[in-house]
Amino acid sequence: MTCAQTILDYGLRSLGFGERLLPRSDFTLCQQFTLIGSGLIWNLYFAFFALLFGFFLATGLALAKTSTNPWLRKPAEAFIFVFRGSPLFIQFFLAYEALVLLPRTGVQILGLTVATSWLAKAWAGALIVLTLNTAAYSAQIFHGALMAVPKGDIEAAEAYGMTGWTRFRRILWPTMLRLAWPSYTNEAIFLFHATTLVFFSGFPAFQQRGDSLYYASYFAGQTFNPFVAYPIVAGYFVLCTLALIALFGIVNRRLNRHLPGAARRIRYRPQIFR
Amino acid sequence: MFSFCSDPSVLDGLAWLSCYLTTGTHLLFYASFGVVLLLLAVTAPIALLFGYGGAMASRSRIAPVRWFGRIYTAMVRGVPDIIFFLFVPIALDQGLEWLRHKALCDSDAPVRQGNDFVVCAAAKLPLSTSPEWVHDIYAMVLAVVAFSIVFGAFAANVLYGAMQAVPRAQLETAEAYGMTPRQVTRRILVPQMWTYALPGLSNLWMILIKATPLLFLLGIEDIVYWARELGGAKTRSFAYPHPDWRLYYFLVVLVFYLLMTWISERVLDRVTARLTRGQATMAGEAQRKAVAP
Repeated sequence: MTCAQTILDYGLRSLGFGERLLPRSDFTLCQQFTLIGSGLIWNLYFAFFALLFGFFLATGLALAKTSTNPWLRKPAEAFIFVFRGSPLFIQFFLAYEALVLLPRTGVQILGLTVATSWLAKAWAGALIVLTLNTAAYSAQIFHGALMAVPKGDIEAAEAYGMTGWTRFRRILWPTMLRLAWPSYTNEAIFLFHATTLVFFSGFPAFQQRGDSLYYASYFAGQTFNPFVAYPIVAGYFVLCTLALIALFGIVNRRLNRHLPGAARRIRYRPQIFR
Repeated sequence: MFSFCSDPSVLDGLAWLSCYLTTGTHLLFYASFGVVLLLLAVTAPIALLFGYGGAMASRSRIAPVRWFGRIYTAMVRGVPDIIFFLFVPIALDQGLEWLRHKALCDSDAPVRQGNDFVVCAAAKLPLSTSPEWVHDIYAMVLAVVAFSIVFGAFAANVLYGAMQAVPRAQLETAEAYGMTPRQVTRRILVPQMWTYALPGLSNLWMILIKATPLLFLLGIEDIVYWARELGGAKTRSFAYPHPDWRLYYFLVVLVFYLLMTWISERVLDRVTARLTRGQATMAGEAQRKAVAP
């Protein structure tokens, strides 16, 4: 079997397309690269959507945490404390056990039957957990940045007659993002790496459709040889992390474009500040 | 545990619960919290030592040592830590068995035969004749080594940054006094670096706490293992039948971790305050002004 044929068979295996049976013996390098790369789709999917939804949720949470109204501030603080203070691994287990307890037939709301079984699947359930998790960490970062917005900026905005939403959209939010961006880049990298936990915690890999580490551990388990599959998945992750840094670097330059000399390269310290 | 627990089927209410929560397996569950604390207590100093070695190696004047240090500190960047947790114990185990195979076995047969890793009985680690607790300890030692290597690399990053942050003038002054490089390191660099390293190290401690449930992936009977075992639905054939209670068990584990991080935060705040006292930093200055009116 040629390598091109292997890629056709297994390239989208993690999504359920192509050959259903995983190779059982005589694993070729091509098979390992293809299947692990196929699993990477899941890691990218989780990271992309969790960061996308988590970003907006985090902005809201950060604002709620700065609020003077205790009805807004206390829940935001509690949410951030719970998700930052407990391991993601436990959060996955807890979420899965909670979601499978939902009735299989669906929930009756206003006479309509809302299906709930999809929530216990990894693509939805794990995504929710990752989104909430990254929202809590990002909210803490954004809150710190919001506190660091120069007083003069806000006074200047008020002098121009800007209040409320206009002031937030034009002054507070851009400055907050600019200040938070280096830390937020680290958070994004950490979240991307955390996506490897999904199929090792409560969420089962339906029909062996797992992520890259799931396939890597499958190969390592079948061959009793960790020295091939794990370096492959590590290599994939290094490449993706570099791409992520480049992407966030472009945004960083755009956020700092009005400040000559300020758009320095983001100092890359993944996993150190979380 | 209690005398009235001899026949659980006739119990109900609080008596049932008190008997249920003191069964042998539950005592093992409570002991596994100790396993987590033990792992933290053993790993943290070793990781700090690895980190110190890595940071010193990255600053070395000998090029190969420096490269080694740089590679070690760069290793954990870009690669998820869980890959190391899965890789290091197997790799270490196979490496040790291979070495013992070379030394102790007569055969020249290769260790890798197809999809199998074969060593002779004398080279097995631990020996198949050794008791159960040796196997447990061996698994735990491998886990500690895996955690130490990964967190040592993180700590090396932090300590290297802290060493770079010590004002250059301090080191130059020491050199002007005629101190040798070794003396400069021991008397000037190391005592001053801690205040710069502390924010990073306290963060690392938090990450380490939150990484401990990954012990479950290494096949150790830790709190996650017991929470799954005990929480799963028990049929009538068990002494204490109950439906699926895993949710509640994981809630207990979650609360345990929240407490751990909460206490750590309080303690680390105090340590930070203690170490900033008298330092020529913003925080130190603020502290001085707060005390002296």
